[in-house]
Amino acid sequence: MKFLPLLWSSLWRKKARTIFTVLSIVIAFLLFGLLQGINAWMSAFGTGSNANRLYVVSRVSQVQPLPNAYLHQIDAVPGIKQSTYIAGFTGFYQEKSNTLVGFATDVKAWFDLYPEWQIAPEQLAAMSRNRAGAIVAAPLMRAFRWKIGDRIPLRTSVMKRDGSADWDFEIVGIYDVPSTQAEANRILVNYAYFDEARLLERGTAWAFVVAVDDPTRSAQICAAVDALFVNSAYETVTQDEKAYVQGQLRQLGDVSLMANAIVAAVLFTLLFLTGNTMMQSVRERTPELAILKTVGFSDRAVTVLVLIESVLLCVLAASLGLAAAAAVFPVTAALGIGGSALPIKVVAVGLAMALILALASGLPPAWRAQRLVIVDALAGR
Amino acid sequence: MTTALVSLKGIVKRYVRGKQRVQVLHGIDLEIRAGEFLALMGPSGSGKTTLLNLIGGIDRADEGDLLVAGERINALSARQLARWRAHNVGFVFQFYNLMPLLTAQQNVELPLLMTNLSKTQRGANVKAALELVGLADRATHKPAELSGGQQQRVAIARALVADPTLLVCDEPTGDLDREMAEQILDLLQIVNREQHKTIIMVTHDPKAAERATRQLHLDKGRLLQAESSLAA
Repeated sequence: MKFLPLLWSSLWRKKARTIFTVLSIVIAFLLFGLLQGINAWMSAFGTGSNANRLYVVSRVSQVQPLPNAYLHQIDAVPGIKQSTYIAGFTGFYQEKSNTLVGFATDVKAWFDLYPEWQIAPEQLAAMSRNRAGAIVAAPLMRAFRWKIGDRIPLRTSVMKRDGSADWDFEIVGIYDVPSTQAEANRILVNYAYFDEARLLERGTAWAFVVAVDDPTRSAQICAAVDALFVNSAYETVTQDEKAYVQGQLRQLGDVSLMANAIVAAVLFTLLFLTGNTMMQSVRERTPELAILKTVGFSDRAVTVLVLIESVLLCVLAASLGLAAAAAVFPVTAALGIGGSALPIKVVAVGLAMALILALASGLPPAWRAQRLVIVDALAGR
Repeated sequence: MTTALVSLKGIVKRYVRGKQRVQVLHGIDLEIRAGEFLALMGPSGSGKTTLLNLIGGIDRADEGDLLVAGERINALSARQLARWRAHNVGFVFQFYNLMPLLTAQQNVELPLLMTNLSKTQRGANVKAALELVGLADRATHKPAELSGGQQQRVAIARALVADPTLLVCDEPTGDLDREMAEQILDLLQIVNREQHKTIIMVTHDPKAAERATRQLHLDKGRLLQAESSLAA
């Protein structure tokens, strides 16, 4: 602590330069926090998934439709308890920014397959009586101030047989998934109604959801399902829920690779920036460092002081950046692309990276300070 | 008989400047007694500052024997020498060499940071040193807020704060007007007489040298005849 005024004064010798360096580090670690946070969230995505659920999708791509008729064959595989299909649409309500995802499915089977999705039984029963009915996520109901009985017009990506892409549904129920907000922006509609009304890809589904009796036999059941459709026009891949969800995320590209590449490029640039700042700072303070040595600071003490200065600069600025990322993270979560809080592991890795950055950028100037010859420095040589 | 605080025998110092090898000191023999106030004079390039640096332990002789306060300082490692300087020598420079962003008291405290003194002890020493140089009321001022003479007094307080045996001053009045210079010389005389510090001062100024108890002249790296003088 007794060295703090000395360190602090060294850091603030050139205020503008220090402020700009700090800002660069803050922004870099804000970016690091956000990208790595989203990365960690995506890696962990599906960890709370139901081990009883399997997903059957096309081997070609998760967005390649499969024939509906597969469902009966899948149902016949021993060990499968229940199954249903998923088709659907993306669209928006009134404004393009009000994006929604609609799932067309056998709604009753859906709520059997997803017991964590909660709905009042009478609302579920109402759905079977109303072909154009819809069950809407509770957060969406609140966001758009909808109520049961409202008819909601949606502009979608799916063309109807009448040539329009506008669909009308009547809200008959509300569901909630307390365990995760990520699934709280959906609308469930009746597959039969949806499939009959759409123009293209009729009689197909994006995927089939399957519940198995014994999750320990999932691997055999996956293999058995896929064996049914080998060498057919629509070969399948059956996988557990976690793998399926992560596969969906991979449709966006290798987010992890992109995030790591961006972060690496930023930190590499930062290394030169901080190193240059520290080098300039030490060069300007050559006579002052010589005075420290003159009054009894050893070469080692001066080296350590320069390194601590670098650590202070980087770690404090990185902490600010990570704090900013933690503050912004809930906002990204609200957009559906992140968890509710910045994972502590990302904060720890960020601080470790800041420390490595500080040591790497601080070592050359520290080495220079150590080798400084007092009489040469005082003479301005 | 007073024993020699500083003893130099056959001191040789050479510098390499580019491709040239320059011998700055040619076998200097000198003894300085404890409590002396010695003025080192001579033309530019005569080796005054080099000799001062060797005695202060911030440079090393190439040949010869150099004892200060019983310590053969040429034999010390860099780390031991740094520690030795912290305890035995105070430095005063022509251009003060204060840390611009530290206050007067923080500047004075610098030599104590490498000691094991507690914060309270350090604070007491700093206060005493600033009182000695008459700047207790300017303790929280930064160098830019002080005059040249005041900055040099802060530098003297920094040199004295660790209670060293020896004070080495390189042109301490070289950057000051006559009035300020006289004040600094008064202060150095007080430190010499009342604090019993041994002072070696390099100066070009004959008036400043007159304040010393002994004057020595260097020319081309050799000591000329020694001449004693009484302080004014």
